[in-house]
Amino acid sequence: MATSPRLDAKIPEGPLETKWSKYRSSVPLVNPANKRNLEVIVVGTGLAGASAAATLAELGYKVKAFCFQDSPRRAHSIAAQGGINAAKNYQNDGDSIYRLFYDTVKGGDYRSREANVHRLAEVSGNIIDQCVAQGVPFAREYGGLLSNRSFGGVQVQRTFYAAGQTGQQLLLGAYSGLQRQVGMGTIQMYNRHEMLDIVNIDGKCRGIIARNLITGELERHAGHAVLLCTGGYGNVFYLSTNAMGSNVTAAWKAHRRGAFFGNPCFTQIHPTCIPVSGEHQSKLTLMSESLRNDGRIWVPKKKDDNRPANAIPEDERDYYLERRYPAFGNLVPRDIASRAAKERCDAGYGVGSSKLAVYLDYSAAFQRYGMGEANKNNISNPSQEDVISWGKAVVKEKYGNLFDMYKQITGEDPYEVPMRIYPAVHYTMGGLWVDYNLMTTVPGLYALGEANFSDHGANRLGASALMQGLADGYFVIPYTIGSYLSNEIRTGKISTDHPEFIKVEAESKARIEKLMNIQGTTSPEMFHRRLGKIMWDKCGMARNAEGLSQAITEIRALREEFWRDVRVMGKVNEFNPELDKANRVADFIELGELMCIDALNRNESCGGHFREEYQSEEGEALRDDEDYRYVAAWQYKGTEDWELHKEELIYDNIKIAQRSYK
Amino acid sequence: MSEGNMRLTLKVWRQSNENTAGSFENYQLEGISPDMSFLEMFDVLNEQLVEAKQDPVAFDHDCREGICGMCSMHINGQPHGPLQGVTTCQLHMRSFKDGDTIVVEPWRAGSFPVIKDLVVDRDAFDRIISAGGFVSVNTGNAQDANNLPVPKEAADDAFAAAACIGCGACVAACKNASAMLFVSAKISQLALLPQGQVERKIRAEKMVAQMDAEGFGACSNTQACSAECPKGITFDNIARMNREYLGAKLSSTNV
Repeated sequence: MATSPRLDAKIPEGPLETKWSKYRSSVPLVNPANKRNLEVIVVGTGLAGASAAATLAELGYKVKAFCFQDSPRRAHSIAAQGGINAAKNYQNDGDSIYRLFYDTVKGGDYRSREANVHRLAEVSGNIIDQCVAQGVPFAREYGGLLSNRSFGGVQVQRTFYAAGQTGQQLLLGAYSGLQRQVGMGTIQMYNRHEMLDIVNIDGKCRGIIARNLITGELERHAGHAVLLCTGGYGNVFYLSTNAMGSNVTAAWKAHRRGAFFGNPCFTQIHPTCIPVSGEHQSKLTLMSESLRNDGRIWVPKKKDDNRPANAIPEDERDYYLERRYPAFGNLVPRDIASRAAKERCDAGYGVGSSKLAVYLDYSAAFQRYGMGEANKNNISNPSQEDVISWGKAVVKEKYGNLFDMYKQITGEDPYEVPMRIYPAVHYTMGGLWVDYNLMTTVPGLYALGEANFSDHGANRLGASALMQGLADGYFVIPYTIGSYLSNEIRTGKISTDHPEFIKVEAESKARIEKLMNIQGTTSPEMFHRRLGKIMWDKCGMARNAEGLSQAITEIRALREEFWRDVRVMGKVNEFNPELDKANRVADFIELGELMCIDALNRNESCGGHFREEYQSEEGEALRDDEDYRYVAAWQYKGTEDWELHKEELIYDNIKIAQRSYK
Repeated sequence: MSEGNMRLTLKVWRQSNENTAGSFENYQLEGISPDMSFLEMFDVLNEQLVEAKQDPVAFDHDCREGICGMCSMHINGQPHGPLQGVTTCQLHMRSFKDGDTIVVEPWRAGSFPVIKDLVVDRDAFDRIISAGGFVSVNTGNAQDANNLPVPKEAADDAFAAAACIGCGACVAACKNASAMLFVSAKISQLALLPQGQVERKIRAEKMVAQMDAEGFGACSNTQACSAECPKGITFDNIARMNREYLGAKLSSTNV
């Protein structure tokens, strides 16, 4: 297979270990006086957007940042729980940049780009340094040094954390950097604004159309470069761990205007979420992967065992991850843990009223930590009751907020009974195709963080999303953007009166009016639910050709029905969440179709993409490296019409093999 | 989509925008399940309103897992409702009884003007952070993270203060609409850590000055803020802020 001429990844020459450092020292620079005249638009203020906006402003660029929430601090990075990886080797347990690189490529089932992943591993340590300098209160040991824990798919302890609120603390760090620049006047912040489209002039991205969500007015904003840091598209499934407002609109509109979409079908289903409790459910809540450090996952050995968990004796429990994957046990990567849970439930061993759940059990951890406390305090022959209560105290310190959240949502006390968990949509590895510079196929348009496709292949390892978001924003884009902007110093101020701005704004306006004028019978919410059901049933944890073909037909029909029958209440020129939702759902429907087309095209199983036709006898994913060792980058040609471009993935440094965690 | 059998009467504050007067509207809801979250109950209400071709109730919400700080309902006179340590999105209908009447209002504070219905403008909080809620360290300047040991106790206390989600419940709970719990949480986090020492004084001065400029009231000393805080930010942060501010002012070189 040969890489499409449209997909030049611009990977620097030379050995893997020196590509980035060499590139950094040779990338063209923009002098400070010129930086002041260059404007950069940053859409989204999560880890990638906030860190990029702050850093670019520090460098002297004029930055405009946009978020749809009422404050940049609310971006959904805030909800990340478990931690952030970095190859610091503080634990002296054999970690290194190479090992983080290797784990990430292997974890991604050999579908990511070597050079990007190595760069990610190289800058990972700097991220921790930067965050600590900002005052991010990471967990520490009694000696005052940073504490680490393990995450899935990895045999070292390289995850830095702040209780179960790591994303919150990292985002507040990046947000403080951003607000500092806002105070200095180098960033203009636009809260409650949603990007509706990009504006290309003479083949370059020159700005965006945004909607002020309070007044409903459309605004034109010009920039010499536009950065989309708008997160993933997991909400296409309706039920996911994403925030209610998380949406694909920015990336999708960029796609329709020339940005290729990479590997759209690569979705991460997270194994440990609180199971669905009923039809009313609006979102799913994650229970951090860090819980798999200490918790053990099991189902009853007997089918349809209706006894309460605590009444099932030890020898009648099947710790199926420890049984199937002794080397990694409960810490196998997410895609594998999710499929194993589904396999047990489908076979009739599920627990809880829905039978779509497995147990995550902490009783062994209470015992182990309790004994540890007894030893620490020189107590011999402690009573079993004391041991358990000391153990619970230790667990509370490590994971207290997660246990509280579980109790709040389910009404059950996880200190007394094992938690019930089930896989749920969590993250999307796919996203806008970008080159080594993080630039999309539209010159001047970049995608950072979860919004791009680049670093995680077909499956992301735990605690790597925070790492990638901050790597892109703090340490990659500030360098790589120079190679583009150094050629823009003669461009001068871009006028928003250019005919392209007027044209694109008119198109956005026309679409909004069309949505408002349909006045059908069904709310945007209902369409979203129906789309989610199609996607989950036919393009979810397991997929097959027949189901995917049906899904494409159903989604096309749904799109037609949406544009005929949606009912949007309220007015255009006011605060109108229904209209916001309708706009987003319309884009999700189109994306859903492309995801199914991509999943149907990829006749192999890899990472989170599990095609039932392609599995080993033990039910493991069966890759086809001969035919599918490529990034599928889709070019939008029109309604129901895409062209596939392939970027061949070349592994010079890693020998690709079947992934084994046994 | 009804699957429970709770019946409720809702009295909800409706207001078109900042410049019009608002009023309470009554709504009857049936078929509510005790497993629904409070916001999912509002989803049911809004679906019902759309069905009847009426304008749905606008309310702020995003993560629905208690961490983004966006949801902000004043429920039966309490910010985030009757439970302690819980945001509106994590409040479930099992905390209410069949037949209850529930009164829902937006945050009430002059510095948080109503945008629509239950949605308020909290930009004042961002401006307070911009005034000094940071460590001035540009990207790329940091030393190796473990070159700066921080006593575990200080790190834990700083984390406890940093857990603030910026929802504004403290302001809504205070009869003076004081923002001191919010401001003191950030001042405390950075005052407790070695990284925050260089700008310690100027931070306290500037953040307090901005807080005053935004029109938030003085501390009422009732401790309603910490009682209602969904993240358990403690009242002693305010004492620390007062100490920081006084210490800064006594030796200030600023105006």
